[in-house]
Amino acid sequence: MSIEIEPRAAEEPAMQPLPAASTAGAGLSGMAADMAGDRAMFRVAWGKAMMWIFLLSDTFIFGTFLTGYMSVRIAATTQWPNPSEVFALTIAGTHLPLILIAIMTFVLITSSGTMAMAVNYAYRRDRRKCAMLMMATAAFGALFVSMQAFEWSKLIAEGVRPWGNPMGSAQFGACFFMITGFHGMHVSAGVIYLLVVARRVRAGRYERSGNYDIVEIAGLYWHFVDLVWVFIFALFYLW
Amino acid sequence: MSTPSIEIGHPSGSTAHEAAHAAGQGAADAHQQHPLGLYFKVWGLLFLLSAFSYMVDLFQIHGVLRWGLILALMMAKAALIVAVFMHLRWERLMLICVVVIPPLALLVLAGMMVVESDYVFAARTLYFR
Repeated sequence: MSIEIEPRAAEEPAMQPLPAASTAGAGLSGMAADMAGDRAMFRVAWGKAMMWIFLLSDTFIFGTFLTGYMSVRIAATTQWPNPSEVFALTIAGTHLPLILIAIMTFVLITSSGTMAMAVNYAYRRDRRKCAMLMMATAAFGALFVSMQAFEWSKLIAEGVRPWGNPMGSAQFGACFFMITGFHGMHVSAGVIYLLVVARRVRAGRYERSGNYDIVEIAGLYWHFVDLVWVFIFALFYLW
Repeated sequence: MSTPSIEIGHPSGSTAHEAAHAAGQGAADAHQQHPLGLYFKVWGLLFLLSAFSYMVDLFQIHGVLRWGLILALMMAKAALIVAVFMHLRWERLMLICVVVIPPLALLVLAGMMVVESDYVFAARTLYFR
């Protein structure tokens, strides 16, 4: 990856070759000017535009997963397992519905918060705080994946399989493992991504190139992982 | 390219950013220079909204009210994450449109699949019980 090595100065002049760029305002007229003619459309770092487009394609992957889940759930003639009971835990003698999922949600939201602050510190050129916050974000992500592994083991021990389960509709297992498994894979990949970038931030690699965009780009990916969980939490666990 | 200046007390409103864009200063000045308090506020709000959606389940609210609450809280959280954490509300309309409009196709797909799944359900109850 040479995203961070690329000097920004080389691409900046090429991005505004037209005199129209200076007259382009915000809003609709600005959008029309941005789209007009043979020129760069997005006035952001190319890595950031590409990350947004990748996230858009990922939106469609998760969107179709959730639509597929909705379809089999509507069409199921058997009773769909009640997630409130399936994911309940008994802690210290108290029966709590969905408690693990709620904790996982809070962990992921917290990790999004630390990531947003890491981006902020990156642009303030505070390398140490930025790297520390990114490490904290990765730690929260690892905690999330561990809790998910616990949840998977518990359900597998209870006999939930992709082709059937003792609680109700056979489609439940396939939807559960597919959707949460794909999301967990994204979180795991994000943890690795964040650790790699954090290590480079601490080593001063972006100080030399003078370009901290990569932290914001990694942040976009991480917030997206949190965003997807919002939809999974609402549509799969709460519905 | 010069080092972007650091303004700690930079207003979080969009007007200053838009003005910077209009002045043709390019993307470099659009870097994230918001006070940290903004992130804590959004963080707290996301916590609160998540707690609300958990309570929907805890208090066993059922029917249309449950579905409405779940969807409303979900959309509120998603909007906060995308707008503030992903910084989209301070981006140019071009990028906002590219991110926000295509997923609407997913709503069309979901709408068609509701009709289709209802039909499959009806067929199953009629012929395969």
